[in-house]
Amino acid sequence: MNVNQQTPMASPYGQPQPGYGQPGYGAGYPAPYAPYNNPASVYQPGAPPQGPLRGPPTSVPAPVSAAPQAYSHYGQGEMQNGPPPGSQAPPRPAVSQPYNQGAVNLSGPPQPYPQQYGAPPPMQQVTNQMTGMQISTGPPTAAGPGYAPPHSSQPPTSAAYSIAPHPAYTQGPPPASMAPSQPPPPRDPAPPQPYYGGPPPPQHPASSASAAPLPPPPSSHQSFPPTSYPGPQAPLPAGPQAPLPPGPQAQPPYAQGPPPPGSQPHYAPAPPHAHGSYPAARGPPPPSQPGPYPPAGPPPTSAPPGHYQGTMPPQPPAGQPATYHSGPPPPRAQMPPSSMAQTNHLPPGPQGPPGPLGPPGPLQQPPPQPGMQGGYPPQQNGAFGQVRGPQPGYPGPYPGQQNYGPQAPAPAAQAQKRLDPDAIPSPIQVIEDDRVKTTEPFTTGVRGQAPPLVTSNFHVKDQGNASPRFVRCTAYNMPCTADMAKQSQVPLAAVIKPLATLPPDETPPYLVDHGEAGPIRCNRCKAYMCPYMQFIEGGRRFQCGFCSCVSDVPPHYFQHLDHTGKRVDCYDRPELSLGSYEFLATVDYCKNNKLPQPPAFIFLIDVSYNAVKSGMVNIVCQELKTLLDHLPRENPEMDSVVRVGFVTYNKVLHFYNVKASLAQPQMLVVSDVADMFVPLLDGFLVNVKESRMVIDSLLDQIPEMFADTRETETVFGPVIQAGLEALKAADCAGKLFVFHTSLPIAEAPGKLKNREDKKLIGTDKEKSLFQPQVGFYSTLAKDCVAQGCCVDLFLFPNQYVDVATLGVVPVSTGGSVYKYTYFQAQSDRERFLNDLRRNVEKPMGFDAVLRVRTSTGIRATDFFGSFFMSNTTDVELAGLDCDKTVTVEFRHDDKLSEETGALMQCAVLYTSCSGQRRLRVHNMAVNCCSQLADLYRNCETDTIINFFSKYAFRSVLTSPTKTVREGLVNQCAAILACYRKNCASPSSAGQLILPECMKLLPVYLNCVLKSDVLLPAADVSLDDRAYLRQLLSGMDVSESHVFFYPRLLPLMKLEGDSLPLAVRDSEERLSKGGAYLLETGLHLFLWVGANAQQELLLNIFGTPSFGQIDPNLTSLPVLDNPFSKRLREIVDAFRAQRSRYMKLIVVKQEDKAELIFRHFLVEDKNASGGASYVDFLCHMHKEIRQLLS
Amino acid sequence: MATFPEFISQNEERDGVRFSWNVWPSSRLEATRMVVPLAALLTPLRERPDLPPIQYEPVLCSRATCRAVLNPLCQVDYRAKLWACNFCYQRNQFPPTYTGISEVNQPAELLPQFSTIEYVVQRGPQMPLIFLYVVDTCMEDEDLQALKESLQMSLSLLPPTALVGLITFGRMVQVHELGCEGISKSYVFRGTKDLSAKQLQEMLGLTKPSAAQGARGQQAPQPPLSNRFLQPVQKIDMNLTDLLGELQRDPWPVTQGKRPLRSLGVAMSIAVGLLECTFPNTGARIMTFIGGPATQGPGMVVGDELKTPIRSWHDIEKDNAKYMKKSTKHYEALASRASANGHIMDIYACALDQTGLLEMKCCPNHTGYCYMVMADSFNTSLFKQTFQRVFAKDEQGTFKMAFAATLEIKTSREIKVSGAIGPCVSLNAKGPCVSENEIGTGGTCQWKMCGLDPSTTLALYLEVVNQHNAPIPQGGRGALQFVTQYQHSSGQRRIRVTTTARNWADAQTQIQSIAASFDQEAAAILMARLAVQRAESEEGPDVLRWLDRQLIRLCQKFGDYHKDDPNSFRFSETFSLYPQFMFHLRRSPFLQVFNNSPDESSYYRHQFVRHDLTQALIMVQPVLYAYSFNGPPEPVLLDSSSILPDRILLMDTFFQILIYHGEMVAQWRKAGYQEMTEYENFRHLLQAPVDDAQELLHTRFPMPRYIDTEHGGSQARFLLSKVNPSQTHNNMYNWGQESGAPILTDDVSLQVFMDHLKKLAVSSAA
Repeated sequence: MNVNQQTPMASPYGQPQPGYGQPGYGAGYPAPYAPYNNPASVYQPGAPPQGPLRGPPTSVPAPVSAAPQAYSHYGQGEMQNGPPPGSQAPPRPAVSQPYNQGAVNLSGPPQPYPQQYGAPPPMQQVTNQMTGMQISTGPPTAAGPGYAPPHSSQPPTSAAYSIAPHPAYTQGPPPASMAPSQPPPPRDPAPPQPYYGGPPPPQHPASSASAAPLPPPPSSHQSFPPTSYPGPQAPLPAGPQAPLPPGPQAQPPYAQGPPPPGSQPHYAPAPPHAHGSYPAARGPPPPSQPGPYPPAGPPPTSAPPGHYQGTMPPQPPAGQPATYHSGPPPPRAQMPPSSMAQTNHLPPGPQGPPGPLGPPGPLQQPPPQPGMQGGYPPQQNGAFGQVRGPQPGYPGPYPGQQNYGPQAPAPAAQAQKRLDPDAIPSPIQVIEDDRVKTTEPFTTGVRGQAPPLVTSNFHVKDQGNASPRFVRCTAYNMPCTADMAKQSQVPLAAVIKPLATLPPDETPPYLVDHGEAGPIRCNRCKAYMCPYMQFIEGGRRFQCGFCSCVSDVPPHYFQHLDHTGKRVDCYDRPELSLGSYEFLATVDYCKNNKLPQPPAFIFLIDVSYNAVKSGMVNIVCQELKTLLDHLPRENPEMDSVVRVGFVTYNKVLHFYNVKASLAQPQMLVVSDVADMFVPLLDGFLVNVKESRMVIDSLLDQIPEMFADTRETETVFGPVIQAGLEALKAADCAGKLFVFHTSLPIAEAPGKLKNREDKKLIGTDKEKSLFQPQVGFYSTLAKDCVAQGCCVDLFLFPNQYVDVATLGVVPVSTGGSVYKYTYFQAQSDRERFLNDLRRNVEKPMGFDAVLRVRTSTGIRATDFFGSFFMSNTTDVELAGLDCDKTVTVEFRHDDKLSEETGALMQCAVLYTSCSGQRRLRVHNMAVNCCSQLADLYRNCETDTIINFFSKYAFRSVLTSPTKTVREGLVNQCAAILACYRKNCASPSSAGQLILPECMKLLPVYLNCVLKSDVLLPAADVSLDDRAYLRQLLSGMDVSESHVFFYPRLLPLMKLEGDSLPLAVRDSEERLSKGGAYLLETGLHLFLWVGANAQQELLLNIFGTPSFGQIDPNLTSLPVLDNPFSKRLREIVDAFRAQRSRYMKLIVVKQEDKAELIFRHFLVEDKNASGGASYVDFLCHMHKEIRQLLS
Repeated sequence: MATFPEFISQNEERDGVRFSWNVWPSSRLEATRMVVPLAALLTPLRERPDLPPIQYEPVLCSRATCRAVLNPLCQVDYRAKLWACNFCYQRNQFPPTYTGISEVNQPAELLPQFSTIEYVVQRGPQMPLIFLYVVDTCMEDEDLQALKESLQMSLSLLPPTALVGLITFGRMVQVHELGCEGISKSYVFRGTKDLSAKQLQEMLGLTKPSAAQGARGQQAPQPPLSNRFLQPVQKIDMNLTDLLGELQRDPWPVTQGKRPLRSLGVAMSIAVGLLECTFPNTGARIMTFIGGPATQGPGMVVGDELKTPIRSWHDIEKDNAKYMKKSTKHYEALASRASANGHIMDIYACALDQTGLLEMKCCPNHTGYCYMVMADSFNTSLFKQTFQRVFAKDEQGTFKMAFAATLEIKTSREIKVSGAIGPCVSLNAKGPCVSENEIGTGGTCQWKMCGLDPSTTLALYLEVVNQHNAPIPQGGRGALQFVTQYQHSSGQRRIRVTTTARNWADAQTQIQSIAASFDQEAAAILMARLAVQRAESEEGPDVLRWLDRQLIRLCQKFGDYHKDDPNSFRFSETFSLYPQFMFHLRRSPFLQVFNNSPDESSYYRHQFVRHDLTQALIMVQPVLYAYSFNGPPEPVLLDSSSILPDRILLMDTFFQILIYHGEMVAQWRKAGYQEMTEYENFRHLLQAPVDDAQELLHTRFPMPRYIDTEHGGSQARFLLSKVNPSQTHNNMYNWGQESGAPILTDDVSLQVFMDHLKKLAVSSAA
């Protein structure tokens, strides 16, 4: 009952994991980093790298560019091209050409690939055996241009991975940062090796041998050479590269590296390593390599890549594919993307094999060029895996690698058994690459094209498909058949944010008015007029793109067709040319066939003892006075038509009559909470402007009236009922703002008891804790939805309030839950008020129904989000605001055709805040593929994670969390294994090969698995878990992304307008001498290292001493220096980006609060048993291997 | 002692009691043969300005089953300081305070002229008066405004210490918290859900406050005397005036074709509950103002569909009034709760249509003397003045109302009490004087009357139980003692004791003296109450038949005739008016429902059973005065023959005061002669009945309806329906003559009635 003013913080979060920052890493990291960096830089070249590598030797710069292209081509050409002739083909050509250059082989290879890999080939995995090489994939299309893209895109990544171990990673990720580190890395290699641990070694051998084969699995995954890799690579890099014969290769790379800008150096080193390692392997191949290289060489154009390439090239034959193949693949699908290609193969494997590797090597090598196609492509995918795997796995190759010199050491290192964290795919790198790559506006006209990542800034041009801001899909190439879908296990889902706010430079959806007859729709499936409707018979009829039914065009809508069969007015009508638009709905679309009333907002304020004491009541009342001027409106010039009403409550409810004609508000107490009703109609919901005086008087008096209250019990169910009844009485939709403090234990419907029982956690009964305690709220929610009553709940608990139960109504009505545990007026005021303001002001629709229609062949089967469904197709949302997302899962019920692709149309019928009934339509078309490789090439990991997490978080209601976690791991393993089996070039089983597009899947998945919901720390309350669980259900991709993988920004240098490059979420990355900003979408931490420089502290806090920093600071002091200014800008910008205000928490190193902070360093092991990224990757690899065997 | 009439009137003056027989037949058998039962009309609080209350408490007989009060009929042994109870013959010691008693120093209660005496109880706290307004808000703005004004005005009439409370209702029921600063607060209840007192207590948060009040007891001198909902007028006068001022019409929209939803049943239930849990056993008035029928919740009498009219007598006969039984039950339950706690429920119903008085009648009826008022609108003087008159004060400046009264009756051994008819409820007190035969509210010797005013009159029916073979000693007297305890409007508890006695007579030998002691007025009213009571539960014709048979038997018993010769029939003077009363009673709205709505019937009956004899007689047989140039105003026969063109008639039916201008007078008036100075006498003539009417209006409560009409006027029907239709279209011999006006009716005239009566009375077949 009492207000416990404990610090909330402490308890919620688990202790940071001490374990995490293993010192060891530190050392190791640098090395890895270095490589990464290289890779990063390399990336671009990445693709090229291979080329370069090969080429580099020869023609460093020019080639590179060429190379990239080549890569892409390769990717495409090789893997995919084969299969997906159409799109791929084109790319290929281009690519191939480059390839040719880089490696004429490519051209050749492609064919071979197909041959060898069969399906896989399609993938663009350029099997860059070695990391670097693989990376090359990046720039699919234009060879030249490709480069650039390549870099950023896949190549790097893939490279990173595969090479990751070695070069790849290094390249991809942190070019910049790595750079510095890189240097060290080279030598560090040794340390890295240890990471790789034992496994690798074994692989190596195998890999070496198999390496050759591996490469083949051209698919563009990044294969991790799990264990082995690091070792090998590391070693490789260091030793090998430089020294190695690869040296030549490597050198070339290096040389190339240098050529590339800043990164070069890094690259250089890195590549070397990578290369080195590869080289080592290649060593033997050198000859062949050369061959490859040559090809590469050309590509080498991109100097940086060159390095890789250099190495790669040799690898390419074998390893290239593995590594970054991904890169290449993309090209196919979409030229550009393709280039990006998937490949995150671990180069190692491939490399090993490709180049040099003994037997295979030769074989391949020869093919390399020719064969390369085969071998490499595959490798691309697996690059990573390969790297490690191969090495370890390929004994043979390894030897070869060993030959490389560096590699040799690597193996040893591998044996050590640790993965070099820098060698594994880095989210930061991927994000950065995508960001850099994304310069052009994204046009939605091309079907099957994956949009830029959510973390990139981009401009969207609507050319017939919905903007990714509205709809994001997990896969932009859907499998044609259910079998394929089942085999791949890749979820087919779309994350739809129907009312998303667009940036100011993009046009909001046009409003179309079709007059009294209403929107024109297909007669059979009722799909709305959209660009997919085919007009026939001279424009008199149209054929539905969804169900193929032919309907008549109403006379008033008739228009002639031009010679292409398009309507002449096609571009004059948004519904014929755009992906997103709105229809004005007619009365037929309204409840009871009556045009809706403007919605109403009702504020329901808890005035029990706790609420008053915490200052909440006072704050709310004060704030409402200003907030009421900011009610949502469509025309900023007009007053809002939204009416407002006020209720306070404790054990009973107090309604207020604030009719304009009254001198004083009147309070109407309803104590019959068992049977709630609204005591008044007229005067309860009022127009703000008219009743301003009375409302102000009321808001002034509420805090006074209850200042001395001693009532501690509250009700909750009746509160919502009251709001609902009020809306019913007023016959309008609306939103309830409930400000609530405590568990509703007063005698009333929906009364709850405290059931927090820590003993249940981890047992089979745990799920019951997430389920509502009583069925009352579910029924209530249903009623609310029927009336269009959306409930937003602001909780201010001091103890258990049973969020799982209280949240039922908000979650089912499209509302939000905000939780301010241990609310204190002083410190939480700002956060709460910002949330409240935003919530009140944000545009939203009411009484909405969302329906997703799809082409024949698939259908929407499952929905996730904050809504209610009374049947299986209609998603009913009492309220739908601009932040709410609905995730839809699709399943096949028939075959899809590659020609028509898969169409989906999401129509949302809603009442706008001005009371207008509208239909918002989002159309989305994706490709269909008959090759799995295409599927893997056009996925979006962030969206997949969004789906997975929503699925998992919902599953905890019905299954034990352990089962849920296992299920996730299994599915993820199945996805990757399928890729490995079907798309990646054959490689050692020990090699971990990840698709380029999914190379971050493991790290993100690990974050999901470690989330408080699925794996709670001992001090995470049940409420917090339930809260997060519910919160996630409405998150869009960008929010879920940062939620699972927080953004960590080093603050040492803030220059210019750009943000400093983020670092990975690991304690290893934190420098004692620095300060970091960590953002999770819910929290904002400012971590200050114990040895932070005085200047830094002065700039930020205005105090020179670490000890003088006030850990209770909630906002940064306003200091007149550019640094402080910029920092505050950044903080503000971050806050502006998120739907919820993030309170700034200052964390001093080694302070108690650091425990909480560490909880968000998601790559580290955590106290509750969550695996570190590295460990998890190993685990994942094991799982995949099990599946494959 | 002179004549019986004088004796009767003397007794009435002194004791407020009138018996149907003033000499009692001494045996049970004889008594039953008297046809008109032995009964008394008691007006417990009859105004006695000459009777100062005694400032001590009564001395009671010490026998536990008797507890009769010392009275002038008791035998007193002054030396032994003993007195013998005249009811149970118990000998009692005088209390110590009576030590100075002697033949020359008698306490007042022993003086014969103090057969009625009033004591003031000194014990116990002085309770404040409590007025709880229950106000309907479903009415036209004009009406509501008038009502608000009346209520605001009433605040100024209340004593400053009186507690007032306000409940308003429409679709919801609001209990207003008084004395809030700033925001006015009220508790709202759903109009469709009945609440028990306990629930209500919790919901109003009255449990804790009472505990808290207990704690604060030391500081506050009178902690229990108020709560948030009932506060002294002096404290919240302004606040309540504002509150009433801001009272809005029920804001819920009423769609066309619907009645507003009016939660009267729940509102009354809450009012009862509120008082029940805050001021049990304390006099309080719940004053309910309604502008229409209850349309929802418990106690609803009609649905909200306008197309379904409210039940009529026709529906009730056809058993077509679907809400009636349930609703009646609800109000009966409320009435019994209220009466158990001594609370009065008044109803002021002002609407053109019915409001459900039929269902609610038990509320006022059971809670004792209450006001049930029926008017067309709150915006009429009928309501306004009636309401104002509720707060009329006597010379001492106290209200003419008493609260939470109980009446106990003590009887001599020879008689027992069968029951009472009037505004009372049984307290179920068994005792030696309770008869096994029940008449009216019987089976008890104590009744509760939550509210009393000076005219409230109970009819008490007695039974002679003395057996025929146990003669009463010569000169023996039957004695009755009425003990009325009540809360005076000054807050005091008082006890009024009336002890009265009548002679016994052997009916066989002294039938003449018994017949001579017949009080035909009282008998008529007593019989009428019996008939009205029967009419509540029996079919109208049955009641009339019963009434007729009683009348015939009375004629047979006491008439003077030769068998089978109607013309020989003579009635003695003491009986002569009785048949005429019966004739008018048969035609009265108390027994005839034709042309009356159920509500009206209920209202009339309610008024009839609570008013004193004089007024009840007016109700039965209206008074008619004639004004003409032929002489001074004179009472004339209530007969159609009294209606003459050159006369102005003033009829007083108690409920209506009607001035009727004859045909010629009306023409003169229309021609404006009264304006001309030369016809000043005509102006005087017109003015005379108006002045007289005003006089009546001023004394009458509730306010009668004042009607000014003329020959041929539509409202003349009120007159025509009352007069004896001696001239109708059927008896043409008077048709067209100057005297009188024919009535177009098939009703029998008094003449025909009497002819039949005589025929039947003398018939040997009967």
